[in-house]
Amino acid sequence: MRLAPLLTLLFLAGPVLAGLAGVVAPALGYFPAIGANDWGLGAFRALFDWPGISTAIRLSVTTGLAATAIALAVTVLILAAWSGTRTFRWIERALSPLLSVPHAAAAFGIAFLIAPSGWIVRAISPWLTGWTRPPDLLILQDPLGIAMVLGLVAKEVPFLLLMALAALPQCQPSRSLTVAQSMGYGRVTGWLKAVLPRLYPLIRLPVYAVLAYSMSVVDVAIILGPNTPPPLSVQVVRWMSQPDLTLRLTAAAGALLQTGLVVGALITWRLAEMALARAGRRWATGGARSNGDPALRVLAMALAALSAAAIFAGLAGLGLWSITSVWRFPQALPDALTLSHWARHGPMVLPTLADTVLIAASATLAALVLVIACLETEIRLRLRLEGRALWLLYLPLIIPQIAFLPGLQTLALNWGADMGRVAVTLVHLVFVLPYVMLSLADPYHGWDARQATVAAALGASPRRIFWRLRLSMLLAPALTAAAVGFAVSVGQYLPTLLIGGGRVQTLTTEAVALAAGGDRRVIGIYALAQTGVVVLGFAAAIGLPRLVWANRRGLRGAA
Amino acid sequence: MFRWTAALGAAALALTTPALADPDPSDWNAVLEQARGQTVYWNAWGGATATNDFIAWAGQQVQDRYGVTVEHVKLSDTADAVSRVLAEKTAGKDEGGAIDLIWINGANFAAMKEAGLLFGPWAQDLPNWRYVDVAGKPAVTSDFTVPTEGLESPWAMAQVVFYHDTAHLPEPPKSAAALADWAAANPGRFTFPQPPDFLGTTFLKQALYDLAADPALLQQPVDAVDYDAVTAPLWAWLDDLTPNLWREGRAYPQTGPRQLQLMSDGEIDLAISFSPGEASTAIANGQLPDSVRSFVLDGGTIGNASFVAIPYNANAKAGAMVLADFLLSPEAQTRAQDPNVLGYGTVLDMATLTDDQRAAFDALDLGIATLTPAELGAALPEPHPSWAVKLAEDWTARYGVAQ
Amino acid sequence: MSGLILDHLTIHLGDAPLVSLTATVAPGEVLTVMGPSGSGKSTLLAAITGTLAPAFRCTGRIALNGRDLTGLPPQGRRVGILFQDDLLFPHLSVGGNLGFGLPSGARDRKAAIDAALAEIGLEGFADRDPATLSGGQKARVALMRMLLSEPQALLLDEPFSRLDAALRDQMRDMVFSRARARGLPVLMVTHDAEDARAAGGALVTLP
Repeated sequence: MRLAPLLTLLFLAGPVLAGLAGVVAPALGYFPAIGANDWGLGAFRALFDWPGISTAIRLSVTTGLAATAIALAVTVLILAAWSGTRTFRWIERALSPLLSVPHAAAAFGIAFLIAPSGWIVRAISPWLTGWTRPPDLLILQDPLGIAMVLGLVAKEVPFLLLMALAALPQCQPSRSLTVAQSMGYGRVTGWLKAVLPRLYPLIRLPVYAVLAYSMSVVDVAIILGPNTPPPLSVQVVRWMSQPDLTLRLTAAAGALLQTGLVVGALITWRLAEMALARAGRRWATGGARSNGDPALRVLAMALAALSAAAIFAGLAGLGLWSITSVWRFPQALPDALTLSHWARHGPMVLPTLADTVLIAASATLAALVLVIACLETEIRLRLRLEGRALWLLYLPLIIPQIAFLPGLQTLALNWGADMGRVAVTLVHLVFVLPYVMLSLADPYHGWDARQATVAAALGASPRRIFWRLRLSMLLAPALTAAAVGFAVSVGQYLPTLLIGGGRVQTLTTEAVALAAGGDRRVIGIYALAQTGVVVLGFAAAIGLPRLVWANRRGLRGAA
Repeated sequence: MFRWTAALGAAALALTTPALADPDPSDWNAVLEQARGQTVYWNAWGGATATNDFIAWAGQQVQDRYGVTVEHVKLSDTADAVSRVLAEKTAGKDEGGAIDLIWINGANFAAMKEAGLLFGPWAQDLPNWRYVDVAGKPAVTSDFTVPTEGLESPWAMAQVVFYHDTAHLPEPPKSAAALADWAAANPGRFTFPQPPDFLGTTFLKQALYDLAADPALLQQPVDAVDYDAVTAPLWAWLDDLTPNLWREGRAYPQTGPRQLQLMSDGEIDLAISFSPGEASTAIANGQLPDSVRSFVLDGGTIGNASFVAIPYNANAKAGAMVLADFLLSPEAQTRAQDPNVLGYGTVLDMATLTDDQRAAFDALDLGIATLTPAELGAALPEPHPSWAVKLAEDWTARYGVAQ
Repeated sequence: MSGLILDHLTIHLGDAPLVSLTATVAPGEVLTVMGPSGSGKSTLLAAITGTLAPAFRCTGRIALNGRDLTGLPPQGRRVGILFQDDLLFPHLSVGGNLGFGLPSGARDRKAAIDAALAEIGLEGFADRDPATLSGGQKARVALMRMLLSEPQALLLDEPFSRLDAALRDQMRDMVFSRARARGLPVLMVTHDAEDARAAGGALVTLP
């Protein structure tokens, strides 16, 4: 029990640091397996000699920062404009399922929506546009990465919103807002001035995770992002998959550069945070009661609706494709429907589905046990994981996957701990654990300790308090955390591929492999299966506490 | 002291002769014996439904006949498998590797052969090797000019064809020059997979064949010729063509099959393929309209063979050989050539087959968009693998980072 | 008509009426509302500030100095409120909290804030972290912050219950005298009879 925090850190930071170490040697020219034995900076020279390097770096940085800034701004605006209202419950209900849509599936859906031959253009052609052929417009894969940024924003807003909602009660939002409003502040302005400064530090880590993820994402970037040249992360993966094995050295150098970029961007973001906080304090104490409120509220609503609509419509489009036999431009709907694709691929989906669920459930269960053991230890020993320890916990979310997974793979091979579902489950745990911790830590800490005091006074042992009180009352947040962890596991691509040696296949690895073929009908089937699994997880997380606590009103609200 | 040396010697011997346990294809019954009950992890590109289905069928057949289980490990890129073997070698995992068989050719084969990552020779000892058309199809023993030396076994022939939608493009351009003219008159309706994608690089090689003053030079390594002079016409031609490509050459499809969806969506009128039957197969399953047809350039197109190879540390080498041998069987070859299944060309010599076997091939309806062998013409040999690497690299520098 | 007027103000939870009140509070006067827990005292205040939770429905009319407040957004009502907790913003300094309340049009903000601090006996506290203040000091800052925002009426939600006895008298004096001086109608919700006596105004007891 006392070892739990240590064990958790070992599971998290260990693989990341070991993997990183495993990429440093090849970056410095040492990779005996391909006959490279000369230490030196040749790989970095090759990296910076690559003609696309400056654009690739710029793309990584700009798309990552833009996606994070916009997603955060939209999240904050939605919260400022609507949190605590009846409308907000609708927004929450519309956005939270988006969390369960895997990134790749969402990106495919959006790609089909906004492409020049996509659903939107089909819907207004030719009667409005006059187009009988798709226009030759660079919407997807635009050189600035706008489509990619939009795709990322639509996916990250629900995540940040969920994280913010978990942290919000600690900021006493409704009474602070009442105080501000009673002094003549509008809702949005009052919320921004009185609640946001306290909320932001609580969601800082998730924001950093979003920044690191957006900068180094591979699957979404391949589908929606530019490719002449692509962002650095995609290029690194390409180098890793070149027949010319010396390019592995360049890839390793690129992976280190990518890590450097992420660290640099995080530092920049932190500095910007501090500058903004100072400006924000001046603004908050300046007394201005600006009056853009109604417009901002409409804008927030529109942005929330757009996020939800983009992903839902995209998924609906893919769903339709999965039962399409022929669907030519510019028909708004398929010319003919068929179930043959499902009949053909369905039987192949099932075993993969079973493996996906098995791995995700095991990783989630392990993460849940470790996280609860950690939190319980903190409480019993009156410790708080703070500062550096907390940062180690989130290391796997901050260090780009491509930077440490290849090194980790080599390491796992050295130990002979590869290829099985167990190895894949363990590497999934590295990514599932931080998310479970992120989701569960606040409710756990927020649990009213006076209840335990009362119970102890009644003679209950710590064990009894844990099982009968804390865990029972925290069933809903624990299950929500489990659903988030499950979703994270289902969505893993690179870890499954590299550590599983290709032998362990999940819906996501299958979907990405099939995506190379671009057949929307097959992509539709896998995207739906992928999303369906995760949605079931979330449904269980929400439904179970309602069932268990059916006649306990006080415990139902928490779900 | 003496005893120590002897012990070390014995240990060294044990380390250097793991081949003792390796199956010997000349004793085929022993191979079959050893293979029974093995599971073969076949790493093959998983981006096309048709190939996935064929692999599943082949797996079922060897299961039923030889008791060998086949697991298709679907790759999004063959190089992932190369990486895997490389990582295993780095980690010193010299037996019991994760991969038993790889669908491979060209640069990936050259890289693995050079790095000593392949098991063999074994291919030319397979029982069904006797049917292979070694004389008529030099590509089956010379993979992109690199001698296969029995390290890989061919299973399908491929040749570059172009397919076009006759609804929009009835008379396709049949040379590089004509293609550039047509694109200038119809901007935005042609593209090719982005090099270094295999097919995109093939497009560059194909264009170079058409444009180079002396195409024979392509058989030599890049270092051995005046590369700048040989490729100058190609770059001049691409400078003209690129602004007239789909999206003005600022975005490209990332793989070959992506072109199918683009043509199905009506975005492009013309695309390149390495599989003569691909268009017919896509029409058959509704992916392309039935107005699509195939053609080859007047100057001929590049052909090559697809192979399977066994990594040096494979776990189920005997099972892998049984599968490779089955792929060479007339039955598997007939099925692969059926456009309703794969539409891949056979590697077999018809003259070695029995009448019944030949009749099965003749009975195949190749599909409305598939060219006959006569229409396809003799395939041009693949250039030396160094051309693919260098052309892709230079194309990327010139156009691939041009935004 | 000046003062705070509640005209047949009725709050329903679902279909059941929860609170019903008709009252007039003249400028400078205090109306005390008492009642057991759950009688809807705080809900009543929420109806007046305009922050009623969505589950409640409110009928009747609320007017302040001749303005009809019903339907106005909270920030348009100019109704100040003090809770039993001070609810100072922990991310702002003491002076920052006062600045938050002071309208942006005010001339020489620093001087205004310093003067306000002097008025509550906290000269030189502008840069202090509110967390370092004593309970009584926090209560005074909260009061001053609210007054600086120039409300036209004052609502008190058990404002003195967290203070110890000595402080309580002092705060009562301070709040009621300031309200009288500024001519603010005050509506106080409490279950401390002492509060009601100190206020000296009318008393309504909710069932």
